[in-house]
Amino acid sequence: MSENPQSNGHSKDHSINGAQPKRGSELVKRAFPQMLKGGVIMDVVNAEQAKIAEDAGAVAVMALERVPADIRADGGVARMSDPELIIQIIEAVSIPVMAKARIGHFVEAQILQALNVDCIDESEVLTMADEENHIDKTKFDIPFVCGARNLGEALRRISEGAAMIRTKGEAGTGDVVEAVRHARSIFGEIRRLSAMSTDELYSYAKTIAAPIELVQYVALHASLPVVNFAAGGLATPADAALLMQLGVDGVFVGSGIFKSGDPAKRARAIVKATTHFNDPDILAQVSRGLGEPMVGRTVTSLAQSELLAARGI
Amino acid sequence: MTKASPTIGILALQGDFKEHARKFQQLGCKAVEVRRTYQLESIDALVLPGGESTAIAILESVETEFDQKEGIFDAIKRKIGEGLPVWGTCMGSILLAKEIEGSAQGRLAVMDITIRRNAYGAQRWSAEREIAIPVIGDEPFPAVFIRAPIITATGPNVKILARGEDGIYMARERNILATVFHPEVVADRRVHEYFLGLLTTLT
Repeated sequence: MSENPQSNGHSKDHSINGAQPKRGSELVKRAFPQMLKGGVIMDVVNAEQAKIAEDAGAVAVMALERVPADIRADGGVARMSDPELIIQIIEAVSIPVMAKARIGHFVEAQILQALNVDCIDESEVLTMADEENHIDKTKFDIPFVCGARNLGEALRRISEGAAMIRTKGEAGTGDVVEAVRHARSIFGEIRRLSAMSTDELYSYAKTIAAPIELVQYVALHASLPVVNFAAGGLATPADAALLMQLGVDGVFVGSGIFKSGDPAKRARAIVKATTHFNDPDILAQVSRGLGEPMVGRTVTSLAQSELLAARGI
Repeated sequence: MTKASPTIGILALQGDFKEHARKFQQLGCKAVEVRRTYQLESIDALVLPGGESTAIAILESVETEFDQKEGIFDAIKRKIGEGLPVWGTCMGSILLAKEIEGSAQGRLAVMDITIRRNAYGAQRWSAEREIAIPVIGDEPFPAVFIRAPIITATGPNVKILARGEDGIYMARERNILATVFHPEVVADRRVHEYFLGLLTTLT
């Protein structure tokens, strides 16, 4: 970071036409996740894990203090990571670094932007800071990713300025069932919407509590206006390929890698499975001999109060 | 290459390959995603999209691990040597470069340029800006730089097509085109049209 000639805030305009570089625009924020498509974003808790993730082919790492499985086990309030840890991770890798802020905690987000993380995850995995309001993400120069269980949630987050959506799934379980439910819900609603006549969109927008302009966009293009990844409970190469075949643009893997027996090998296998998601021969090859997967907990065994996906709708 | 609608292969190991495919389809081409070596045989040109170059270098090993044949990087190099037109955007330009400053990561190393990865720093310093590209016309082009690299040096056979005080944004060496920005994420189609123009002029 210290080597960045522009990090002192006195950036020099190198444009040849005298036009100022325009930073933090919607276009620039939405283009960042487009470059991550077809890739795997991995949760890491220190620089050493970040390096393992990069060497395994991760397109980005998510810096956090504890992986979701440990947040579940330990309990207590889960907050933004220690900035010191985030800086160590940024310095350890050349790929983008993301970090999590609590839902509604715009000061954690300001700190993460000041630390030069590449993207902020306003995440239900952390304890909520505001039960009514999400962060106004249009005020930031760096992109945000937010979780969603259905199209209404996704479009509300996009209207608040999210540049990337991920399914919430149920983080820290190793159980893929909720990620599948959320991906099917979002894509199913998109398909229904694109078959509607234009006069039906207004009532549908009201039903799912989403801005009409975004509903019209989805109906016209049969897709979200931003990149859509899967997250929450993915633990195997097959899980990643399953979500890719359902239509997501890429995957987040949290506890599934570093809570498994051989993280480096499993990480690499999930990277390959995400690229070759439609090629069962390669999937069979990369799934062999990966060692112990994370043990996990079935979502149905969780108490209502342990479910993270219901946070921040 | 006199075909009315050429087939453009887009390397689809990782990155914004769908954005490129859509652009070429709008221009009347057939666009196919390329993940395996054999898919290189039926294309008239190849695009290396934006993405993460370290991830691509690891994915490259799949083909060789899987069936012990020629790896996809080796096959692409062979095709480029045979004259296949190729265009790398951002990450793609890193893969093409012979020299990557301070890095030993895997690459194609087919273009006589030196490139600096992530030249502007974190995403916060990514930007859109109007740049002059004389070969596509007088109107400035809306260039989007995302954690972009920059070309810092070029060999004698490399033609510089766009540059700024901080370095080179676009360059060409015979059948190889490199842009450090992302024409595939904006509505302007002129750089894609320029690349298609190369298909006819090269033969």
